[in-house]
Amino acid sequence: MKIILNNREEVIDRDTITLEELIQYKSYTFKLLVTKINDQLVKKDDRKITHIKDGDKVVVLHMISGG
Amino acid sequence: MTFKEIKTILKKKRVGIAGCGGLGSNCAVALARTGIGKLVLADFDVVRRSNLNRQHYFTDQLGQKKVFALEDNIYFINPSVKIESHHIKLDPESIVKIFKKCDVIIEAFDEAEMKQMIIETVLDKFPDKPIISGMGMAGFGDSNSIRMEQYANLYICGDMKTGISEETPPLAPRVGIVAMMQANQAIQILLASEIDLGFKKARE
Repeated sequence: MKIILNNREEVIDRDTITLEELIQYKSYTFKLLVTKINDQLVKKDDRKITHIKDGDKVVVLHMISGG
Repeated sequence: MTFKEIKTILKKKRVGIAGCGGLGSNCAVALARTGIGKLVLADFDVVRRSNLNRQHYFTDQLGQKKVFALEDNIYFINPSVKIESHHIKLDPESIVKIFKKCDVIIEAFDEAEMKQMIIETVLDKFPDKPIISGMGMAGFGDSNSIRMEQYANLYICGDMKTGISEETPPLAPRVGIVAMMQANQAIQILLASEIDLGFKKARE
């Protein structure tokens, strides 16, 4: 399927994928993430039950210390 | 747009600053110099000597609560800025209460956990309110790696990768660049809404 991940087009080699699986698929290893699908916040506990569809706009942001 | 026109619009605007360290103190000062109407400051910390390498405080303010020290400093720069200071460790509940009326919120925390907390709270409770976050600014050099990315009402300024470590301490230049980008983005958002209105009126 084709999605928009962090503002860039991305082809995912799966027909169905949850947000939690996408994070593993992309090897995002940061512990602290903020995730959104189609501009809606997805909380950590909901990532494994939230399915991504073809054409979805997905945001996965790493939280980085410093300020 | 002339500076007079810019100041006329910004005078009516209110910006929330969550955290008054390296990002928050410098961002607040830039907004005050540009003529923002009101700043809502929140921080739980006091000024320490180790902060002076990047934060907008002075040696005679050591030990003072940051929000009040910053309020004093802004007064010396632009006394017409209204300031509401909260000496508090922000949590989801207080964020909603304190920043409810702000036109834009600046995320200016140090810790990654706190950044996550405020971003999630604002996206959840105020989906229409712009939040401008600083993400990745430790170390030195590589200025071109610092950029701005927008995801609807969430704006991220920084290099998106360099966290604080023994080898990458937070230093004035890169922290300052990100703080200024946050201020710049806030001004752009605040002016854009009025420019759109102006164009509509002109067409009528």
